Amino acid sequence: MLPTPSTSHVDPNRIYEPAEDSYLLLDTLSSTNETNFLKHHFGQSGTQSRNAPTPSPIVLEVGTGSGVILAFVTANAEAIFGRPDVLALGTDVNNFACQATKQTVLQTCEGFARDMPSGLRRSPSESTGLLLATLGADLASPIRGGMIDVLIFNPPYVPSAGVPDIKGNTLDSEPAPDDAKSRAESYERDSRLLALSYEGGVDGMEVINRLLEQLPQVLNRDKGVAYILLCQQNRPEETMQRIYNWVGDWYVEVVGRSGNVAGWEKLCIIRIWKG
Amino acid sequence: MKILTVNFLTCAVKACKTSPLSFPLHFRDAELEQSDIGYNPSFLRNILPRVDWEALKVTATELGFTTVPSEKPNLDPAPSNTDLPAPETAMETSEPDVADEKVMRDLHTLLLETEVREGKMVCGNCGHEYKIKEGIANFLLPSHLGR
Ligand SMILES: [Zn+2]
Repeated sequence: MLPTPSTSHVDPNRIYEPAEDSYLLLDTLSSTNETNFLKHHFGQSGTQSRNAPTPSPIVLEVGTGSGVILAFVTANAEAIFGRPDVLALGTDVNNFACQATKQTVLQTCEGFARDMPSGLRRSPSESTGLLLATLGADLASPIRGGMIDVLIFNPPYVPSAGVPDIKGNTLDSEPAPDDAKSRAESYERDSRLLALSYEGGVDGMEVINRLLEQLPQVLNRDKGVAYILLCQQNRPEETMQRIYNWVGDWYVEVVGRSGNVAGWEKLCIIRIWKG
Repeated sequence: MKILTVNFLTCAVKACKTSPLSFPLHFRDAELEQSDIGYNPSFLRNILPRVDWEALKVTATELGFTTVPSEKPNLDPAPSNTDLPAPETAMETSEPDVADEKVMRDLHTLLLETEVREGKMVCGNCGHEYKIKEGIANFLLPSHLGR
């Protein structure tokens, strides 16, 4: 078992804390099945000359929240991808989450390098992946086409009457004067930020569908891979059927499940990939 | 935000995606800071194939870095390496075309150690400015520019 990154600095009043869904993603990404798949897909081929560069995989987590997943994948790049030279990007509509994610990833990678036996101790970038940036953004909207090798998304999947508006000011983290009015305003803002992290609109699918629309454009055209968490109310079978019907050689498979209630999995993780 | 990031970004406005002017985004009023990342040539060698060199040169010039070579360093081994020699022989014959150390160290500093702390990135197509505050760029669009 790979260690879970610490997120004790994360403010639960305005950032989604690691929960059952986050842990299912960690377990799935570090499962033998997925590490074998990712090593094979992105590994440095043993038959090539040791001198030939093999392009570093770029990993994007959409909606990082606390950053626990991105930190886990970046720090454990060698165990998961069979190579430490992974470049990590994260996006979130919540500026507090962007800040928290940066801290989570950096401190996890530093801790990882520090805790290695002294003979093996190496700097980040030698033993772990490297965080490029966390970006305030709606899904993958500022990412150049074809750049992402692995996209990870723990979406807002809970069915709700609507999806909260992403206003530009979700990123405005200026400290407000401490009076009753601004306290009420910041409470309202924090509630909206939290709602953005789990309210998924009709069938919980509104945000997931927008991401699925961006996916073929954003992923590496030859070997892009995406991991997306779905709940039973999202009707995963229908979503998978739609992906089968995408133009081009796309594959999709359930690679993680949890919360088995009366024969129904509550949560599952699908892997979508270009073959 | 590391400088390398901008090589993977474009304007968030949908209509700009097809315009060559939307890449790379242009830095304005950028305040830079250096972080310390151990120099790791093998990491850098695997990153370089991911880099769009023409875009990197634009970015480097805008930020005042003058040491970026006009061509991407050639890191491919000599073609004769296809039938794999024994490990010791590989060590001896393995550095035919490798870029020189100074170039690689400068690239390491520019791509991996330099961070943009404050400033903005501007789209060359629509002119939209994306602010960078405390190292985090804001790509959320005002509602009239839509999703
Ligand atoms: Zn634009």
